[in-house]
Amino acid sequence: MELNPWALAGIALVAAATYYLGHRSSRSATSTHDFLVARRTVRSRRNAAAISGEYLSAASFLGVAGIVLKDGADATWYPIGFTAGYLALMLFVAAPLRRSGAYTLPDFVEARLGSIGLRRFATAFAVFIGILYMVPQLQGAGLTLSEILPGVPAWMGAAAVTVLVSANVMFGGMRAITVVQAFQYWLKLFAIAVPTFVLCMVFFAGGGPHGVRGLGEPAPPVFPHDTTVSVKANVTVKVTTETYFYAYGEIDDGPARGAAHWSPAVPHKVSQGTTLNFAAGTPVPVVSNVPATTDVPATNDDWLHPASGKVTDLLQIYSLIFALFLGTMGLPHVLVRFYTNPDGKAARRTTVHVLLLLGLFYLFPTMLGALARMYVPQLLVTGNTDAAVLMLPSALLPGWPGQILGAVVAAGAFAAFLSSSSGLLVSVAGVVSTDLLPGRIRDFRVATAIVAVCPLGLTLLLRTEDISISIGMTFALAASTFSPLLLLGIWWRKLSWPGALSGMIVGGGMVLAALAFNIVCGYTGVVPPWWTVQPALISVPSAFLVTYLVSRLTRYGRPELVNDIMLRLHAPDPLGLMHDRAVARFGQVEDKPRNGRGRHRKP
Amino acid sequence: MTSPEDPYHRLENGVRKPDPTLGSRPEDQAVVEPVPPAPEPLRAGEPAHVRPKRERVVLADSRQATGRMRGRVELEEQTSWGKLLVRDLVKVQLRTAVLLAVFVLVVLGVLPVLFYLLPAVSRCTVIGIPIPWIVLGLLPFPFLFAIGIWYNRLAERHERDFVDMIEN
Repeated sequence: MELNPWALAGIALVAAATYYLGHRSSRSATSTHDFLVARRTVRSRRNAAAISGEYLSAASFLGVAGIVLKDGADATWYPIGFTAGYLALMLFVAAPLRRSGAYTLPDFVEARLGSIGLRRFATAFAVFIGILYMVPQLQGAGLTLSEILPGVPAWMGAAAVTVLVSANVMFGGMRAITVVQAFQYWLKLFAIAVPTFVLCMVFFAGGGPHGVRGLGEPAPPVFPHDTTVSVKANVTVKVTTETYFYAYGEIDDGPARGAAHWSPAVPHKVSQGTTLNFAAGTPVPVVSNVPATTDVPATNDDWLHPASGKVTDLLQIYSLIFALFLGTMGLPHVLVRFYTNPDGKAARRTTVHVLLLLGLFYLFPTMLGALARMYVPQLLVTGNTDAAVLMLPSALLPGWPGQILGAVVAAGAFAAFLSSSSGLLVSVAGVVSTDLLPGRIRDFRVATAIVAVCPLGLTLLLRTEDISISIGMTFALAASTFSPLLLLGIWWRKLSWPGALSGMIVGGGMVLAALAFNIVCGYTGVVPPWWTVQPALISVPSAFLVTYLVSRLTRYGRPELVNDIMLRLHAPDPLGLMHDRAVARFGQVEDKPRNGRGRHRKP
Repeated sequence: MTSPEDPYHRLENGVRKPDPTLGSRPEDQAVVEPVPPAPEPLRAGEPAHVRPKRERVVLADSRQATGRMRGRVELEEQTSWGKLLVRDLVKVQLRTAVLLAVFVLVVLGVLPVLFYLLPAVSRCTVIGIPIPWIVLGLLPFPFLFAIGIWYNRLAERHERDFVDMIEN
């Protein structure tokens, strides 16, 4: 993709608007209460937009279309799961969580189970999940920026996002980013809806520069025109027919200079730095990298129809649904936004709005993924399918209209990185500043600086993998650590802190082991089984079971005032039993003394 | 308040208290011509949607508040009656949530098995789009939203019932 000045301008505009909005609303942030939970005054509509803005991360904006391009019909479970997770959150968690009066997830744990040790453990997991989630955001930012400005190294994008987000979070905390995230939701909806409409119209009007191509025939996709693919990381690809092409570099562990051909019998390796030339009409080789899904469909026929071949594919889908359905409620940065509602009823209404806003957004990436299968199939060779949304406009619509659409998409993607990482940064910084530091505003700022550096460092160290896949792992981790704790904590009186602790250790340990195994597999080339690629179907029930059994055995670990706590969690708001733990710890919020600096203030 | 000329205007003033322009406009009409009688039946119809406002003011009054206080105290002191009430509320809310969650999981969870066991279904097309793409890419979102609205309504009703019960 060549340099697109429009896209650069779009990104600069988004960055400027983000900074301006954050700066404007951070003026009113004066107390710890503002920084942690925005003084609990965010109304449900704005909060819903902010939650959706935070949640629609790189994984949704770029990743979903990329996965649809690669996996086809089965990939639609990602957006469904992302949305259904909020339904589960609403059914079981939203209102009681808000009524607990806590200000972070570890604080809720302490409020419910009264154990400082468990609180520290929850802190560790919340920080870990937050950072694990932030790394793909920053990687995505690097990817986007290096797509738009070909000369720029990937770390520049990550660094730019980190700096911008830390500035907002440091000066205004939750107060500042609420407005920013709500704005960015609408921006993202615009940035995905408009290109989808325009590209669909182009498609139906005649199909862009090379005519309509069907997706129904049982052949693999073909290159629409002569295409040069430069491979930036080692990949393994499969072909379905004899494929003739030109290669310069190293393929199948041997040097290549000129004409080459691949047979469908075995998978083929392409080394880093190789350039491949395909003539128009050549069937596209399809990447089959290891830590991705076990079986990437090579032909359009497999792609178009849901899994019907192997039972393992089916189990993997169920595992994914399970992880996404229960994982959303365990994500610390999502939960902390619910603490900003005025009361439990507002928290529930917020979630209804979120379901609407997310459902609206997720109609579009699937369509873009299907279009990408027709117009940018070369991404299948490199496996870099997350770039699909970014490359589609100029592939389908040459000239300046495509460039402008590309700029809109790039701006939306950038907004996605900004809003997600600012939400993550606020939640992790809130946890660190109140659990490891005394929790004053200065501590919050120090914590922000410390926390911002960690994911940036990890981004530079770790290998870039598919954004949605590592997100899937994060959801599995959240589903097997925090969701048993929350579900049983809210609805079951007999939960004890040793039970909760052992459940988290077992569930989290299983997911982390699977993650480590997958990374090792990625380096050795072994194909991992489905239950390490997507471990939720095993780890979540185990975590629940362990929590239940250990709680039964350790009666001493139940808090004394459990009935009192349950009453607070479930009593309707008009009874006024809510008790704000942030006020109890950090004191009442007093209004800033108004000292005649504003133009419209009375002396 | 300043224009006690006829009972209709007074009624007007009584309902929308703070607006001084309301008081002046009827005055003009009353002085200039006998047109006012025509609007009056309209105004007489108005109280139908103004009346609830009055009711609300009355509701906020003292007797209810003391009842609420007594209920609250009973709940907070964890009398056996209070405990039972909370336990019932938790049970009702949990039952609603579990039933809806199971419903959603069954509806969505059947789809992969359906496509797996009956590949023929996934080959049918509607206006050129295969059925799985419509069923998976489009329909789940309105479905989830509708369930969300439904649950919200149920949960709020349960809470209202609970508060009403406490106040009696």
